[in-house]
Amino acid sequence: MKLFKTILVGAALAVGLAGGANAADKLKVGFIYVGPTGDFGWSYEHDQGRLAIEEALGDKVETTYVESVPESADSERVMTQMALSGTNLIFATSFNYMDHVLNVAKKFPNVKFEHATGFKRSDNVSTYSARFYEGRTVIGHIAGNMTETNTIGYIASYPIPEVIRGINAAYIAAKKVNPDVKMKIVWVFSWFDPGKEADAATALIAQGADIIMQHTDSPAAMTIAEEKGIYAFGQASDMIQFGPNARLSSIIDNWGPYYVARAQAAIDDTWTSTDTWDGIKPGMVEIGAFSDKVPADLQASATAIKDALAAGTMHSFTGPLNKQDGSVWLKDGETADDGTLAGMNFYVEGIEGEVPQ
Amino acid sequence: MDFSALSPVALIVSLMVAATPILIAAIGELVVEKSGVLNLGVEGMMIIGAICGFIVAVETGSPWLGFLAAMAGGAAISFIFAVLTQYMLTNQVATGLALTMFGLGLAALMGHSYAGIKPPKFGTLDIPFISDIPVIGPLIFSHDYMIYISLMIVAGVWYFLTRTRGGLVLRAAGENHDAAHALGYKVIRIRIMAIMFGGAMAGLGGAYLSLVRVPQWTEGMTAGAGWIALALVVFASWKPWRIILGAYLFGGITVLQLNLQAAGANIPVAYLSMTPYLVTIIVLVIMSADKKRTSLNAPACLGRIFHASS
Amino acid sequence: MFKLERRPSPSNAMVVLTPVLAVVLTMIAGGILFAILGKNPFEAIRIIFWDPLFNEVVASYTRPQLLVKAAPLITIALGLSFGYRANIWNIGAEGQFIMGAIAGGAVGLAFYPTESVLIFPLMVLAGAIGGFLWAMIPAFLKIKFNANEILVSLMLVYVAINFLGAMVTGPLRSPVGMNFPVSRNFNEYPSAYNGELVANTGLHMGVLVTLAAVIVAYILLKHHIFGFQVRTAGQSPRAAKFSGVNPNITVAICLGISGGLAGMAGLFEVTGPAGKLSTNFPLGYGFTAIIVAFLGRLNPIGIMLAGLLMALTYIGGELAQFQLSVPAASIQVFQGMLLFFMLAVDILVNFRIRLAKKEVA
Repeated sequence: MKLFKTILVGAALAVGLAGGANAADKLKVGFIYVGPTGDFGWSYEHDQGRLAIEEALGDKVETTYVESVPESADSERVMTQMALSGTNLIFATSFNYMDHVLNVAKKFPNVKFEHATGFKRSDNVSTYSARFYEGRTVIGHIAGNMTETNTIGYIASYPIPEVIRGINAAYIAAKKVNPDVKMKIVWVFSWFDPGKEADAATALIAQGADIIMQHTDSPAAMTIAEEKGIYAFGQASDMIQFGPNARLSSIIDNWGPYYVARAQAAIDDTWTSTDTWDGIKPGMVEIGAFSDKVPADLQASATAIKDALAAGTMHSFTGPLNKQDGSVWLKDGETADDGTLAGMNFYVEGIEGEVPQ
Repeated sequence: MDFSALSPVALIVSLMVAATPILIAAIGELVVEKSGVLNLGVEGMMIIGAICGFIVAVETGSPWLGFLAAMAGGAAISFIFAVLTQYMLTNQVATGLALTMFGLGLAALMGHSYAGIKPPKFGTLDIPFISDIPVIGPLIFSHDYMIYISLMIVAGVWYFLTRTRGGLVLRAAGENHDAAHALGYKVIRIRIMAIMFGGAMAGLGGAYLSLVRVPQWTEGMTAGAGWIALALVVFASWKPWRIILGAYLFGGITVLQLNLQAAGANIPVAYLSMTPYLVTIIVLVIMSADKKRTSLNAPACLGRIFHASS
Repeated sequence: MFKLERRPSPSNAMVVLTPVLAVVLTMIAGGILFAILGKNPFEAIRIIFWDPLFNEVVASYTRPQLLVKAAPLITIALGLSFGYRANIWNIGAEGQFIMGAIAGGAVGLAFYPTESVLIFPLMVLAGAIGGFLWAMIPAFLKIKFNANEILVSLMLVYVAINFLGAMVTGPLRSPVGMNFPVSRNFNEYPSAYNGELVANTGLHMGVLVTLAAVIVAYILLKHHIFGFQVRTAGQSPRAAKFSGVNPNITVAICLGISGGLAGMAGLFEVTGPAGKLSTNFPLGYGFTAIIVAFLGRLNPIGIMLAGLLMALTYIGGELAQFQLSVPAASIQVFQGMLLFFMLAVDILVNFRIRLAKKEVA
């Protein structure tokens, strides 16, 4: 048996660039992260997903990762090295890996690739993303109810559709319960810059925001909110340790179930290229436990929204909705299609300011 | 757009917080450069200070001990630079860059189990009644202690450089190391002490980031602050008092642009972020163009290797 | 106490021995580091230094990748070395690299979707000019106002980074990129794409240019009057003046060469390995190249070797990360140690260590 295995491995090695398939019985899963696993945000949660695979599939899998991989040729090289070393399934967990994933995938038709938040696929490249905006609807509902200054602060990274979607979803939900609500948005033009995120939170608080939302990766804003005695929501991970009093709830990226399912599919040989955009229902977007600062009736209504989103009886973007310039976007009862959402580059009516160009 | 929400007092208070890490690091680097040494490793020393301070503050529960540890950590790592450049005569630019790389990596390793922890809260000045006076209270009497300390450090450095014999000798070493050596001053010893002071200050600035401004530990949290500190020294034309002005200006631009955004103004962020660097270049040009004044400020031996051949 | 004594002439033996000594010292110190992290030190060192070159599974891929990774470092460092020899300290190569990529990339994208063989050469030219002009700013300010080029060129790096941000969120943003702050993809535009020359190696035009630059630089420095002028200007500015070398022209030429080369490297990088302009494009190559220039002792061949060694630690470091699960930070520390040792042992070339009796110096 041992000899047999050695021969097989040797054969696999000889295949070299063309192959990459591995004859060992373990599924080798590789991850590349854009930040350090210790960022307590985006990369941290992907790493939790990796650990979920290890936990669920035990000795059927072997996982590896490389952290802080720049979104450049470096990522292509790392993925190639992984593929050459016999990795069967590779998760590339940042948008700008996109073209590099496709390049490597072309060279290794037997290796399966999963690219987070991308939109380019091929026979061995799947894409997956989460409908974080569903979570924004829930926390927008809470924020709209709980703000006393009627001002919600929003720390945004880059003006890309995903971020703009989140701003719109939160605003629509807040506005529905609080017609006077205002949203102040600060763009920090970075995914991860704790100092700047902290300053942005301070600036928003100074201008009257009493609830902070963020679409950046560090928990800096949560710490500031805790210090200033206002509220905030955890982003990507729960972040309760940074704001035991400030945190009302959180939107948690829960990649675990998806990662386990895909790894299992690879083991069972049922893996095919797919495009997944999951929301609250399958648990990819998780709403963190409500803090006891959230009144019971609000907890109930927020839970109802969450359940309705999960059941599909409610959509975050349901008409009547106008665009910022007053033109009609969705008629009464109409819901947004995925195509529009995927390329969203406008604010809905009522949000002040312009999307930075 | 609603600018009425822009409170000048709140703006100034938050820009002081934003400026203090670079202020402290820059005043340290100023002393280093005055002694004739260019240490480009400020970023690396800052982040080492950030993690050393954080670890000790968390473990002991005392931010004060944390700040002390940050200074010790920054000084310790700067000692590598000191030995390499002063005894091994390595190029200062290359060594400084290597120090940054080393520091960023080492800090990340040290901090591996410290992500996701809240540091103990650092106190702010709170004098009954006085701190509550409108405008003057928040503006002058209710900052955290480190802001006052940072200003005292600047005053101390100014006094040392201009009013003491030690400062004179240090400047002599930076102005003309051969002449200073001929006069019997220990150029290398002076420079090593300056480098370690610079390291301690960079460390302190870093710890202000991890213990007060953000306050938490995350990898790479200095995010380029060390480089801004380097720019600041030039902007200040090697004058301690101007470091304060420069730091508050640099910090002010960041804070102001975030506040303007929050007020709804649509501003070109990228172009605005360039301005501190452009202003620094302009200041440098104006200063350098006047040869007489340059010689009073910019250390003539900056970055040059000294080896006593006697 | 030990005492340093200047050798009458640099030791040739030490020129060869010291890098080896530094690598050995790094292996020991790095081994201790990996042991502390609970990893097998021998395995870690083997993976970093040996596997990218000789491992039978990955080496056929990683060997050419070493050249790809090292190419921009070497190209930039070569340019810098001219200035450093003449005591002109351009430390803003990162900015020139970025501006070259923007200028060349913008020229290419302006022609989109016209296909022509002339476009790529034009882009290379524009890249070189972009870097050249960016370096001319510190040159001009130095010549005209005596402004310190170290500081001006460093400041301009941050201006360039912000300018890149403005470009990819503005004029150069891809119309098909879903509003992401990225430019159009060069590999979707054949005339502007700096693709692989040999399948599966990643080798691109920039690598060839790098090799050519090494040879040209070698000849220039050794056999050309310009090399002599640069060296004289560095060793003795006054002597240079007497022998008719205009220091201002030396400043302009040195900064110009390094800016042009950095700009060109930026163009090759953005149109090939990186594939597009984005805020993630600057990875600090311009700064790493400064270290490479010194590790290579400002000598073209030395720079080539130093660039390859740096590339080796990057690629080996990646292998070590996913094979041994060492954190990325430990690789950074490892590289820092290598640089420290490399810089430190250099002293043995020009000095020898003597046991000195206690005496008044």
